[in-house]
Amino acid sequence: MQKLIQWIDDRLPIVEAYNKHLGQYYAPKNFNIWYFFGSLAMLVLVNQLVTGIWLTMSYTPTDAGAFASVEYIMRDVEWGWLLRYLHSTGASAFFVVVYLHMFRGLMYGSYQKPRELIWLFGMLIYLILMAEAFMGYLLPWGQMSYWGAQVIVNLFGAIPVIGEELSLWIRGDYLISGITLNRFFALHVIALPLVLIGLVVLHILALHEVGSNNPDGIDIKKNKDENGVPKDGIPFHPYYTVHDLMGVGVFLFVFSIVVFFFPEMGGLFIEKPNFEPSDPLKTPEHIAPVWYFTPFYAMLRAVTVDFLGLPAKFWGVVVMGGAIAILFVLPWLDRSPVRSMRYKGWLSKIALAVLAISFIILGYLGIKPATPTRTAVAQVLTVLYFLYFLLMPFYTRLEKTKPVPERVTG
Amino acid sequence: MRKLIAGLFMMCLPALGLAAGGGVALDTMEPDHTNKASLQRGAALFTNYCMGCHSMEYARYKRVAEDLEIPQEIYEENLIFTGAKIGELMKIGMDSEQAANWFGAAPPDLTLETRLRGESWVYSYLRGFYKDDSRPMGVNNVVFPNVGMPHVLVDLQGLCAVKPHIGSESSVDPLSGNEVNGSVCPEWASEGTMTPAEFDSAMYDLTNFMSYMGDPVKVERERLGVYVLIFIAIFFVFAFLLNREYWKDVH
Repeated sequence: MQKLIQWIDDRLPIVEAYNKHLGQYYAPKNFNIWYFFGSLAMLVLVNQLVTGIWLTMSYTPTDAGAFASVEYIMRDVEWGWLLRYLHSTGASAFFVVVYLHMFRGLMYGSYQKPRELIWLFGMLIYLILMAEAFMGYLLPWGQMSYWGAQVIVNLFGAIPVIGEELSLWIRGDYLISGITLNRFFALHVIALPLVLIGLVVLHILALHEVGSNNPDGIDIKKNKDENGVPKDGIPFHPYYTVHDLMGVGVFLFVFSIVVFFFPEMGGLFIEKPNFEPSDPLKTPEHIAPVWYFTPFYAMLRAVTVDFLGLPAKFWGVVVMGGAIAILFVLPWLDRSPVRSMRYKGWLSKIALAVLAISFIILGYLGIKPATPTRTAVAQVLTVLYFLYFLLMPFYTRLEKTKPVPERVTG
Repeated sequence: MRKLIAGLFMMCLPALGLAAGGGVALDTMEPDHTNKASLQRGAALFTNYCMGCHSMEYARYKRVAEDLEIPQEIYEENLIFTGAKIGELMKIGMDSEQAANWFGAAPPDLTLETRLRGESWVYSYLRGFYKDDSRPMGVNNVVFPNVGMPHVLVDLQGLCAVKPHIGSESSVDPLSGNEVNGSVCPEWASEGTMTPAEFDSAMYDLTNFMSYMGDPVKVERERLGVYVLIFIAIFFVFAFLLNREYWKDVH
């Protein structure tokens, strides 16, 4: 065994790679519960890839065959129901862990210098993930698949001049059709997963170059012992592999409860209208995207006034796009001398709490049909969401921060 | 305090019922996929009364026979009318384009009907027909107003002369002492072969069968789920102990 490793290592630097990324990758030893979600996102990614490959074996990406082939998987394929529920629940689980992972980043300033690139790669992952989920949702070819895609693709039509042509180009037809289904299938199973894996690799390489942040936001590389090992660091393997294994256990327990007992999650993970085959002539009563898109959907609907001669719909798209785009520049909005929320002032703490609450309520409003009251609430919350970012350069500089300790506090 | 919360919750119940049915109050129906006798009766009702027009084309006869513990020969002789082989999908002979001409809309496939609308909706709908001469089929439905479907179960239920009470509890009127909403239908235009109680029970079976058809793996899925959760719980104990062992010297 030793000889084999030596033989390979002479030709490919596997020992060096192992040490750099696992055996001698020193992670801060004060990681808390918020640090489980990165590795869990990896786990869900693998789940999606593996179950996805097997689903592809029995799925038919055509107008006539798609809906029936999903039911074929659910009924006739051995363990097909399990593959499909693992995949559909996995999609929602992916967003759950990614949202918590992102919130961790906001809380502990993990996007700050020198981790800007990690944040940017992470945001790109989030963006691709949204595209991946959106296109995957069309594949069951149910009513909500169809009309959800119709609504979202039509949004591109709101862009002046090129809008109509652009949405036509995306659909490949004048309405969502088998052609759209087929290209979304190609993008969902090949193009986007490839990009996603590439971005995940970049995300982790960039992380391992600068090292992990921690709940104290301290640079552990400042305090090294005589061997050059950070005093507050600990080798990722075996310490964090066994630690993450524990997180995997808890996660799989909750995940399995959904898969085996509540696969539709009360219409939240698999929406009820999707049990009816798509019908271009029959619009469902109420079209709502899946829960992970609803905060942005609520922002889209919150814009109700025409402006500068352009329709409200266009500005809704701008607001929705802006809500995601503004996250990209976050590393340059935070002017605080400290990273972690533990040492930031009250203003930052209140701002983050307001952001989180606004996002959750917007998510709820996006699921519900719009009423004048709900729209008004959504408008206020949309403004609050943006204020978190737009005011950040000011409140992070104005507020009084607490002194950051030399060593991690555990 | 607990009473207060329970009371508040009960006050919300009618609202919840309304929310589920898209504005129509429904009678609740709790399916039980382990009740094989009920599922078998439901299968017989569905094949005899519904499958003339409604397919279940995502499911296969053989699976139903196996899951419901109906011997294949008996199933083939009594519950397949189209001449299909037992391994085939449960399709029907009626042409959907012609059907659209006859009824205004083609009768939908019902494999997933309970998952689309819910068991309570189906159960209430099946019991919601009443006489309405203004409609082409002479009947209307309180759960699905102006539905194109005729009342195919009329010889079993009879025909209610007025709108039946669906989704409302029976109560005693405090002034007159008379029972209000005591039966689903207060006045019959024609009698059926079943009593109201028998018909309700038959509709429970039929809905139960449709619920099973929508999610045939439910019983097996939940049985497996218990073992999966036990396995993961044990896995967690070992992961927890392993983690503690490694981290005990880290300060």
